[in-house]
This record gives sequence, structure tokens and C-alpha cells, in this order.
Amino acid sequence: MAIPFKPLSLMTAEDYANIGLKCGLEIHQQLLTERKLFCRCPAGRYSSDYDAEILRHMRPTLSELGEYDGTALMEKKTRKNIYYRIHQDTVCTYEMDDTPPFFMDDTALDIALEIGLLLRLNMVGELHIARKQYLDGSIPTGFQRTTIVGVDGWIPYKGRRIGIRQLGLEEDACREVSDIGHDRVFLTDRLGMPLVEPVTEPDMRTPQETAEVAQVLHMLCRSTGKVRTGYGAARQDVNVSVAGGTRVEIKGVPQISRIPGLVYNEAMRQCALLGIRSKLKEKGITPETLQFSVQDVTRIAAQTDYEPIRRGLATGWQVKCVCLKGFAGILSEPTQENTIFAKEFSDRVRVIACLTQLPNIIHSDTATEALPARTWKDLRRKMRAAPQDALVLVWGDEGDTTTACSEIALRAKEATQGVPNDTRQALRDGTNGFERVLPGAERMYPDTDLPPLMVGEQRLERIATRLPEYVWDRQSRYREMGLPEDVIVPLCISPRAEVFQRIVDELEINPVFVAVVLCQRMKSFRRRDLRPERLTDDEIYEVFRRYARGELAREGVIRVFKHILRKQDATVGEGSRVEAAIAELEFQPLPADRLPARISGAVQVANDGRFPTTEKKYRSLMGVLMKDLLGCVDGNRLAHELRQKLNLGGRMENGKWRMENGEWRMENETPVGGPLL
Amino acid sequence: MAEKTLQGYRGIGAEVLRRHGASVWSEVEIESSKGSFRGIILPRSETSDDRHIVLKLSSGYNIGITADSVVGITIQGRREAHYKIPEKQFPVDPAKPNVILLGTGGTIASRLDYRSGAVIPAFSPGELYGSVPELADICNLTTEKLFGVFSENMGPEQYKVLANRIGEAIANGVHGVVIGHGTDTMHHTSAVLSFMVQGSPVPIVMVGSQRSSDRPSSDAAINLINAVKAAAEGDIAEVLVCMFGPTSDEYCLLHRGTRVRKMHSSYRSTFRTIGDTPLAMIDPKRIRALRSEYHRRRTDRQVKINTAFEEKVTILYYYPNMLPDMVDAIVEKGYRGIIIAGTGLGHVNKPLYPALERATAAGVHIYMTVQTLWGYTQMYVYETGREIMKLGVVPAANMLPEVAYMKLCWTLGQTDDRDEVARIMLTPICDETTDREPYNGYLIYQGAIPEIQKFLRSVHR
Repeated sequence: MAIPFKPLSLMTAEDYANIGLKCGLEIHQQLLTERKLFCRCPAGRYSSDYDAEILRHMRPTLSELGEYDGTALMEKKTRKNIYYRIHQDTVCTYEMDDTPPFFMDDTALDIALEIGLLLRLNMVGELHIARKQYLDGSIPTGFQRTTIVGVDGWIPYKGRRIGIRQLGLEEDACREVSDIGHDRVFLTDRLGMPLVEPVTEPDMRTPQETAEVAQVLHMLCRSTGKVRTGYGAARQDVNVSVAGGTRVEIKGVPQISRIPGLVYNEAMRQCALLGIRSKLKEKGITPETLQFSVQDVTRIAAQTDYEPIRRGLATGWQVKCVCLKGFAGILSEPTQENTIFAKEFSDRVRVIACLTQLPNIIHSDTATEALPARTWKDLRRKMRAAPQDALVLVWGDEGDTTTACSEIALRAKEATQGVPNDTRQALRDGTNGFERVLPGAERMYPDTDLPPLMVGEQRLERIATRLPEYVWDRQSRYREMGLPEDVIVPLCISPRAEVFQRIVDELEINPVFVAVVLCQRMKSFRRRDLRPERLTDDEIYEVFRRYARGELAREGVIRVFKHILRKQDATVGEGSRVEAAIAELEFQPLPADRLPARISGAVQVANDGRFPTTEKKYRSLMGVLMKDLLGCVDGNRLAHELRQKLNLGGRMENGKWRMENGEWRMENETPVGGPLL
Repeated sequence: MAEKTLQGYRGIGAEVLRRHGASVWSEVEIESSKGSFRGIILPRSETSDDRHIVLKLSSGYNIGITADSVVGITIQGRREAHYKIPEKQFPVDPAKPNVILLGTGGTIASRLDYRSGAVIPAFSPGELYGSVPELADICNLTTEKLFGVFSENMGPEQYKVLANRIGEAIANGVHGVVIGHGTDTMHHTSAVLSFMVQGSPVPIVMVGSQRSSDRPSSDAAINLINAVKAAAEGDIAEVLVCMFGPTSDEYCLLHRGTRVRKMHSSYRSTFRTIGDTPLAMIDPKRIRALRSEYHRRRTDRQVKINTAFEEKVTILYYYPNMLPDMVDAIVEKGYRGIIIAGTGLGHVNKPLYPALERATAAGVHIYMTVQTLWGYTQMYVYETGREIMKLGVVPAANMLPEVAYMKLCWTLGQTDDRDEVARIMLTPICDETTDREPYNGYLIYQGAIPEIQKFLRSVHR
């Protein structure tokens, strides 16, 4: 099944249909709660600073049905020392597994139920907390506490349904700091934060579809206004398989835009691995007939100048060689963009044998690069290798090289079987690398520390009555309101969507103005580190209410928000912050009949022949007057009247004004993107 | 009693299953007003309500379905789970020491119990070898399950069986004894064994775990490996407690059975030596003695077993405004011994004096310990103390209250003679009272202090 892979941009839906591509998604979305899921530590407080370090080791345990999980056994082979960096403010004895869990955070559960209802799931009547084993150390207990909120739902996507298999509610894991040799270091601040995990059915057929569905799910979660945002607050796992291949999970993709490239490369890798299996079969190499041998070749390798080996030998390491019968040429088969099959070996050696310093292997398919021909000849003689055999060299201490050689043999055997069951990490360049063996249902175990938790009818009903509008409905409604395209999506997923609706419904203000303030202005506040999330919905409503009553001009609205955010002391009670800001800014609306006099006065001063054109005069006067009357008069009205006074016509009437470097400018509208749904 | 096929289900849950011909371990598709669910029906914990049916999904997750929302159940098959730790024959090597592991229960080895929804102990050399194969590098292990109780259910009956069994094992030539025990009352058992089993030629090591062995981060394996090592190779022939040392997975501590106490309800490093230093640090590579005075391993088979025990003894934890009728009630109920955990250096309030006097007059033996745990009863320092002593209350130096309780039980099981009781009580058998408290016998460092934070940052405590 050797399919020539075209570059990503040239691949068509038919191409993907031909290889039988199927993709599914798991979105990890952190919830906006004050506390962590199973303890009372604050959520969302990040710091790489730490007070203490704790060392732990993990041991595999049995599943509920009495089986060992493959991933768990793999991690046992790695013999890792796991170091946890802990900070007094973010971690308590619960996260370190020295205290049993407290009852689940109620807010987190409410948010999960809300998202579950939005996904049209069959909601469970009683939550059972499970322990999902993670022996990589990313959770000090060795398992993640997780529970299923509902199963079998769906979301619409381009006229069809994408199945949602289940929605999990679980605690987040540690952040990895480093993983070198046998030492893995984690930060624990993120540990235990609540997140939901919607899992889709493998219903996506192209890389682009996968990314778009991820976007829809992401927007749906965001539309509740109760999830965390920012880098790392939502992470995607992408499941990929091709016909004849295996479900492979690409883990922790932080940006949706990276999904297409990753899916494409994995599809290519699976096709390539199937191609390799056929080639091996043609040579008569099957799982049953595979032959390999391992020998210590330290003495021969010691003659080399090859730096990585020389460095290793200097520290007392040894060099071992695996001879894979009939594998010559296979190791240099391309598997992903700029990646060859030998990387599959190198990855396993890195992860399982902990030989993390790269390069960690060399092999005979790229023979001349590292070792001189004579050394390769000696090695071939020593290994009794024929020209059609491949040699792989690894170096490290006794234990690690033993693990490495058996992993290489294991991976070679898997090559005769097809695509191994991997969890893979997303790499920057769009390719992926081995992370661990894909865990199965065996890693689930009931949590005996917490009793089952009933989800009452009343609770579900309470949440159901307050569900946000579906994000796709909201999107089309915004479009009908005439909102500019570039604010539609941000507003749909903004926590301010609710207050936006209230303002528009109750105050009868032009929705475009409100939307632009709530999206673009707030965004620019955020850029300036003014943290607009500190404004309450009620304060925002109050400011617009005053605007609607003519107590504030358009520009005044922005200035009041800015003033509140800039003021350090937020101790004044809500509502009064708005009043205080208006008083401090000395915003007094200018009665309409007094505006012409102010304009005439300014025009008179400017009539001294300074300005070559009336247009320039207009611009200068606009600046002077706006500075003077800011917050007291509407910029558009001022512009309109000033232009009339100068006989310039009313072209600018519908423009939007914005202050930039002390000058007033018209704002350009930049509509981007089309509808997704 | 629930039917076997409906394990744990009662009321409406059981009725719905019965009505649709389903039972525990049926592979089913359940139609409900909430939609349909597919999976295997699991047993239900008896302490849970009767309104839900538990289903294991193919993803491995369990969920509960409201029983009265069930419309129909289609049975597709049956798959029964057998939770079983893989058993492997424990290898025998004549060159290695022989260790016997006596099981009393607790979480050192445990498995899931569907009936209660909690973990229950499981235990055999094969199972242990299957899950902790490192043990075979240390010794030849035999195991014997004496009881399967949680440690709060240990009592005189068990103490006696245990002491006698230890005596037999020593006589039979074991090189060390390990006792698997729940952690809650491990220090009570270690204390009473220190009195019941005296002059042992081999180590008697108690061990347990704070996190059950069904968790990857369990301390069970590491505690057990170290305990077996202490029993097989260690030189300290006393009743010891071998438990997690620091917060990190670094080493265990060997504590003297009479000076150790569980000090945290859930921490792994919950066992601390009180008023003294631990005897040794131990990890799979070595045993590092922290003290030189202890009873050394011998090659003879001599050991004194004395399982005397009087049950009518109590601990009276004093609090301000305790009324004298508390003491009277104890005497009235026929108690023969009282350990008071007094305030400060060993005090109680004045209104109690007449009651204490009445008690001693009635032949009750009263000993004073301190609820501060650290430090000595020094009843001659204040007038109060001297007055209380005059009432017949005997200060028990720096004996821990639980240890004093066990020793008084054991003593009163042998004699009622006032002087003889006092002689036994106040003559240390295994450092239950010590002549001196080292300056580093009281170390509880407090967080947030800069020098402590500095230490915590650089040392994996």
C-alpha cells in the first residue's frame, strides 16, 4: 500500500478517503473555578518558583478486572526518579497524595454538567470517580481522578453530526520541567485543576475537518463563559488511524492550527509503516521469523572518533549492537516529513531506556556518516551480519543499553506487524514522536476514597434552564444584528456574551458599538496589562446604561472603563466604582445647545491661515475639541457638526474614532474569515 | 441478604434488574429515559443507595444509572471479573535468611471489595512475589495469615496469638519476623509486643502502608521491602516499626516499638519516634544505624513470651473542667487501672483530687503520663503535682500514654500487688521510659521559617 504522499497543501478529501483516514478528538478544557477539583487549593495560580522538592517512584498496579496495563509496565521499565517541585501557595498534602480527596468542587461539576447538556449527552444518574493510571509521574498519586458525566451526544458540523462519545470531568496533571536520563522533574501548580474532556467519535475524515471540529468544540466550551482561557488552558489530543493501521493518539496539542500538519504526518507515518510491513513480508520477515542478535561491541566502537560515542566511553559507558536480519534499507525508509524509520528506534531508546541525549543510536543504513567503513566492516564481522542485515548501535550504561537493545528488537518485531499502539507527542515541526504505549481500559480503577455522587434531577433541571444559547445559533444571530465578522467569534465565546445581550435587549444601544467595546477595546486593555476581567458584568452594564441615558458620550464609555482598571484600589463597592470614575474624570455631558458655541470658538481661533486645506484644519480642530470635550460629547456628533461648520459635508458620520498617540483617527474595519457552521 | 447474582443491589435497583432478567456481570444495553448506555453491570456497594445501577463502560469508566429511569435492558452476554494479583511461586535460596511474614490485615496488601466499595487485604507469598518481586532478592519468605482485621479491631486476643506465634517462629529458627499490620493501632501493638515478647534473638518488624497497594504511588512495596530487609539482615533484635521516613521516596525509619506513634491521619511519613531519635534509616541498599545502644541479633533461640493482659484498664484524657464523676464511674465499672494523660508536667484539676483518692483507696492503679507526648511527668515541680502524687497517682516518667496503657494492662495481668505493679511499671523493658531525652528527640520543624524553607528546597525531605 505504498501511496505517494503529496505535500499537505495538495492533498484532497479523496486522497484521505483512499487511505481511509479517520480522526477523533479529545479536548482538555480547564474550568474557571476558584478551587481545584478535589482539594481546596486555589486554581489557576501559576509559578515556576518552588519551596521544596519531593522525590517519588511509581509501581504498576492491577486494574479492576485484574490485569496490568501495558503503559504501566512500560513506565516500570524506565525506572524514573520523579521530582515534584511544590509551592506552598498552590499545593497541599492532597496533591502529594498524603491526604485523601475532599468532596468534588461543586462549581466544577455544575460547569461540566452544563457542557454535557450542551453536547446533548445522555447524562449519568450517579458519578463514579475512577482512577486513570499515569505512571509517567505526571500525577503524584500515579493516577488521575476522573469521572464520566454523560455519554453519546453530538454536535452539528457542516450539515452533519459529529458524535460525542463521552464527557469526562477530571483533575489536571503536572507541568513537566525536564526529562533527562532517569530524572523527570514536574511543577505541581497546575496539578488538580478541574478540566472537562469531551471525546468525539472518529468521525473526521481530513486533517482540516479535525481542526475545524476542534474549533467548534472549543467555542462551545468557551460559550459558557465558565472555562479558562490562555495558553495551555485547552489542549487537544488527536486520534488518528488509516485503513489497516491502528488508533494512535497525538497528545497535548496546544494550538488548533497545528492539528492539520500533525494529522497529515501521522497518516503518512501509518501508511509508511504498512508499506514497511509489506516490504519485510516480501523478504519473508514476519513476527515468527524475525531474527536478531545483540552483542557488546565496546572494543570495536572504541576506535571511533565519533563524538557522542567517544564522550560516552569516557564516562565508562558501553556500546551495544543489535543486528536485525534482513532489515538493510528499512531504517532509512521515510515515515514522516524529514523523518526516517530509524527514528522509531531512537524514540523508544530515548523514552524507555532513558538515553535522552541525542543522537542516541547510529545505524548501518546511514553507515558512512558516523563511523569509518572499516569499523562498520569490523562490526559486521563481529555480528556475523550479511549485507542485507541492518546494524543499530546504542551506547549507555549496562542497564540502559540492555533495555535499549530489547526495545529495538521489540520495535523491529512491531514493524513486521504494522502500526504499534502508541501515544505520541506533537513536535514543533508538525511531526510526532513516541511518548508511550497507548493505555487501554485496563488502566481504569474505581476510586475507593470517594463514594459515588448522585446527580439529582433538580440539579440538572436548574442547569438546563440556564444553558447559554448554542454557539452556532449565537453566531448567526450576531450576524443578523450586523456585527462585524471579526467580533462575532470572539463575542460568541466571550464570558461577556451574556451582558452584551442584556445591554442590547434592555438599553437599546447599537449592538455594533457594544460588541466593539466588549471585544476590541477589552482586548486592547488586555494587551496593556489592564486586566479587564476585573470589571464586573454589572459595572459594564451600568456604564452602558449611563451612555444610553445620555450621561456619557461614546468616548466616555471607554475612558470610564480604563479609569476603573487603572485605579489600583479596587476596594470601593461595585457600582460606585463607575460613579467614582465619572466624578474623577469630571465627565459632565455637554448640553446639545452649547456645542455650536464651543465649535465656533475653536474655529475662530484656527482661522489664522495656519492650515493649507480645510481638511487639515478640520483634523486639527477635531483633536483640540475632542481633548477638551472627551466624555462630554459624542465624537461622531462633534465630527458631524464640525464638518458642517467648515462646510466639509457629513461623510464621516458613521465612522468610529479612536485615540492613537494623542491623535484622533478613523478606525478601519477589517472583516476576516467566513462562517464555520 | 442480596442474591448472589444481584450482589449488593437492593430495593428498586434489584427489582429493575430482576424484572429485566439481568444480573451482576451481564453485558447489557440499558434503555432509559436519559438515553441508552452500554456496558457490564457491576456489583454494588452495600453502603450505597438502592436507586442506581452501576455499569462499566468499554472505556473502563464506571457510571451509575438511575434505576427508575430504566425502560429496558437487552442482555448481550456475560463477563465476570476476577481480580487476582498474579501469583508466582516464591523462589527458595538456601543461602538466604528465612523470614516469616505474619499477616494481621491492613492495607499492606489489599484488593478491591465490591461489597463495601473499599479495599480489603489480600496476601500470600505468591501474591506478594507477583507484586513485589524484590523480596526474593532479600530472603526466603513464608507467610501466615493470622487474622484479617483492620487495625482498630486488634485486641488482647490477637496480641496473645501474635506473641505466641512469634515465639514459635523464633524457636523454629527464623532469621526475622515481619508483621503486616494496619497503621492506625500499629504503635499499640508494637508496644504490647515489646512487653509480651522479651529478649528476642531476631528482629520483629511491624510494617504497614498509608496508601493501599492498589495505587501506583503506594508506600506498601517500599515499606515491605525495607521491613523484610530489616528482619532478614538487620542487627536490631527488638520489636520495631518500619515505616516511610520523609515525604519523599527515599528511605524508611526503624522505630523502637515503645517510642513510636502515628502522628498524621493520612501522611505516609506518619510514624515518628517521640522523645528520642529513631534507631536506623533503611533503604534497599543499606541499613544505617542512628544509634548504637540497642539489643543485638543473637544466634540462640531463646525468647521470653509472657502474654498476660488485664482488660479493665483505661486512658483518661484530662481536659479543663473534667468532673470527678468521670473517675468515679470508671472505678464503679470495675476498672483496675487508669492511665491519665495529664496537662503540662502531669496535672489535673483540684475537684478531681477526692475522686482520685477514692479510686486508689479502692485499689485502682493510677499512672500519670503527659498529653504533650514529648517530655516527662515532673510532678514535684509544682505544688499541684506533689498533691496529686500524695493521692497515690504515680508519675510514669516519659512513657507515652498508649504505651503506658499497654504496659499497665500487661502488668495487671500478672499481679495486683501495689509495689510489684509499680516496680514493673517503672522498670524500663525496652526504653518505654528513658533516663534522658536527647536535644534532637523533639524536632518538629515549622514551615515558612526561612532556614527551614532553605532546607526543604535543597533536601528531599
